[in-house]
Amino acid sequence: MNGPTPPITPTTPPPASGADGANSMRMILTMGGIGLLSGILIVLTFQWTFPTIKRNKAIALERAIFEVVPGAQTKAAFKLVGTSLQLLEGEDERAIKYYACYDADRRLVGVALEAQGQGFQDVLRVLYGYSPRKHGVVGLKVLESKETPGLGDKIETDPDFRANFETLDVTLDEEKTRVFHPIEMVKHGKKTEPWQVEAITGATISSRAIANILRESTAKSVPVIEGNLEILQEGTQ
Amino acid sequence: MAQTGAPAAPNMDVLLKGLWRDNPVFVMLLGMCPVLAVTNSVVNAVAMGAATTFVLFMSSTIVSLVRHWIPKQVRIASFILIIATFVTVVEYLIQAISLDIHKALGAFISLIVVNCVILGRAEAFASKNSVGKSMLDALGIGVGFTIACLCLGLVRELLGNGTIAGLPVFGAEFEPWIIMILPGGAFFVLGAWLLLFNWLRERKEQRT
Repeated sequence: MNGPTPPITPTTPPPASGADGANSMRMILTMGGIGLLSGILIVLTFQWTFPTIKRNKAIALERAIFEVVPGAQTKAAFKLVGTSLQLLEGEDERAIKYYACYDADRRLVGVALEAQGQGFQDVLRVLYGYSPRKHGVVGLKVLESKETPGLGDKIETDPDFRANFETLDVTLDEEKTRVFHPIEMVKHGKKTEPWQVEAITGATISSRAIANILRESTAKSVPVIEGNLEILQEGTQ
Repeated sequence: MAQTGAPAAPNMDVLLKGLWRDNPVFVMLLGMCPVLAVTNSVVNAVAMGAATTFVLFMSSTIVSLVRHWIPKQVRIASFILIIATFVTVVEYLIQAISLDIHKALGAFISLIVVNCVILGRAEAFASKNSVGKSMLDALGIGVGFTIACLCLGLVRELLGNGTIAGLPVFGAEFEPWIIMILPGGAFFVLGAWLLLFNWLRERKEQRT
């Protein structure tokens, strides 16, 4: 250790600030270049597929609307402005939409609405039909769900559970401002009233989620529909 | 190595090894997350396999094309960027082809980005080999991955739902084994396939 210290000969030449800069610049240019090309490719793909995706979503929604309102032959979209409904002309992504459905004689047979809420795994998005004649929910379709396969996803397939929504009473009170008997969930085999939803055994949380979504949505939308029946009936005539 | 001297010509072995000898699922045990999660039906399994194969093929091709220009320090970041781009592309394509399949695969389409099979092939093969060989390797591994997904999807849908690709097989009397389409069933079926393949391999080794 006390001997003369041999001169240190670096294995690599000391980095010149210019070389460092050039190296960093090369990395930045590489990442930037790949990022730029990636962005262009994604935008091109989006532009190319967007009309098809939009058409697919519209077809899926339209199919669901005619499924949840029995007897519907045609439909017209309305948007909520304040407390009244206006015929929706063109497109408005942000508007709360009410899809009025008519039979072959242009008579109003029901209104389809979208609603959503928290399910067991993730947000549940549903479309349901309301019949002014029956004062009740007459159909339900799950649009988006990540419920457990084989258990929670029975809300989409179980015939007994789906039968709940063939006629689910949501009659308004005398002032027409609130649902007289809000929708509630009961255990399987315990249904005694027409406003009760019978749960699926083994999928109680998902069943309750559907009942809650419908209760909250009907509380807001049924008074709007009943207060705008003439507009809905005459809106497209 | 292919980088030194004359590049070796691509041969069929590069393509075929991914199907059986180096199968990413049954031999390398990679990409388990989507394999276990979305193979509850034949259609979902094939869709996931096809989406992964597309991303693998495209990303391996591009990585191999630009391998000489990417600095070593940023190679992994660059590969991830390339893979993420094609995953986004495939997500839009699936939505355009079928919203039902997109709904069924859910978040697992986006998670193809972190599928170690794809990054593994980019780093271990495409970044060191010619474009032709990388394309064949990606195709072989992708098809091998799809076959593995199909093997799981076929058994799980058959036992868990009594159908194959939606077509009833056992009739109305059949009581579905729900466990098979739940995550637990995926482990059982994968274990059974691994048992079969390892037994076949051992038997072959003993004979030779």
